[in-house]
Amino acid sequence: MPKAKLPRKSTHIDMTAMCDVAFLLLTFFMLATKFKPEEPVVVKTPSSISDFPLPDENIMLLTVDAKGRIFFSIDNKLKRKALIENVNSERSLNLTDAEMNNFAIGASLGIQFNQLKSYLNLSSDKQAEIGKTASGIPVDTSVLSVNNELAQWVKSARNTNPLLRICIKADGEAAYPHIKKIISTLEGWKIFKFNLITNMRAIPEGTAAYEQKNSVAKAE
Amino acid sequence: MAEMDTSGGGGHKKGPGVKKGKKLSTRIDLTPMVDLGFLLITFFMFTTTLSKPKTMEINMPYKDEKLTEEEKNKLKASVALTVLLSKDHRVYYYEGIGDNPEVAPDLKITGFKAKDGIRDVIIKKKKMVDGLKRSGALGPKDETTVLIKPDVNSTYSDLVNMLDEMSINDVKVYAIIDISDVEKGFIQATEAASAGQ
Repeated sequence: MPKAKLPRKSTHIDMTAMCDVAFLLLTFFMLATKFKPEEPVVVKTPSSISDFPLPDENIMLLTVDAKGRIFFSIDNKLKRKALIENVNSERSLNLTDAEMNNFAIGASLGIQFNQLKSYLNLSSDKQAEIGKTASGIPVDTSVLSVNNELAQWVKSARNTNPLLRICIKADGEAAYPHIKKIISTLEGWKIFKFNLITNMRAIPEGTAAYEQKNSVAKAE
Repeated sequence: MAEMDTSGGGGHKKGPGVKKGKKLSTRIDLTPMVDLGFLLITFFMFTTTLSKPKTMEINMPYKDEKLTEEEKNKLKASVALTVLLSKDHRVYYYEGIGDNPEVAPDLKITGFKAKDGIRDVIIKKKKMVDGLKRSGALGPKDETTVLIKPDVNSTYSDLVNMLDEMSINDVKVYAIIDISDVEKGFIQATEAASAGQ
């Protein structure tokens, strides 16, 4: 019986199309990725079941480390520039334009007002070095106190950008009185809604939140 | 697609004496390149999703200096559970709001444990309030209320854990309140008693 001759097909697959797709996706992810901004201190946040993601912009971040030192930052260079100008005029710090620009491109700040000028004159490497040993932004329970420099920062920041969402990123080991002072400062400016940055953790089984989530999932 | 026509057809004919060079395939094996591409994609995918921090939204009660004392104390003692946070992640709790200075509240100690911790206390309280609602002792608008009072020795993680318990157990009404001197005394007394044992 004569064998039916099958035409021999090449086993080579054209990878070009696949390669195109791979690199297209790669480019997308590379551009979409936002790397973490430089942080002055290492903060180990406590965990919660909350899964509300941090918004991308209009954020005021108050970082509190385990010792209770407070670092302040907002996003957006232009807003930072406007902020430092505002603070400069309100506290008459006599900062030069170069120093203010230095603030605008800088990272989190944990320096008192009286050291701010000399701090902003330094290079970014030196600033980071000082940031490690800085005393943090002074805070008090009353917003009206002159020593409550955080209150000034918060007020000026909100003047320059009223949409700011305030996020507190505090170390789990930070003592409560430090947090209390921040909260009362915010309350002093009639800010009653803010966010606490936490790690994600699973919802424990058999609890009300667990059942709620499951019933929603089933309904869908 | 991206293959090149290497057949050489259509070009001018070479003379008979000219040797033909060996035809080399211009195809390149793209498989390793694709592998690398996908590896990097995976890397970027993971880093993007992980670097997005989660937040917990918190609404503090509106504080108004003009509010009178009578308007403030509207909470019924039967729906309230007061939780005191203290050092070493200890949690003290008692039923009610502790507004009667003569009768010391029955302070109990617990922690953030998975079993017999503060969670079970809250669940029990919620059940009790539900029962009271059904029996008509409480109005339909009454909700279990947890008063969180961290003392100076507690840490931020205690506060977040406690707030987390609120969302875990679906407690809708809760508040962070300053601890009173009386309650500080309770904690000290309980600590002294447990140390003496």
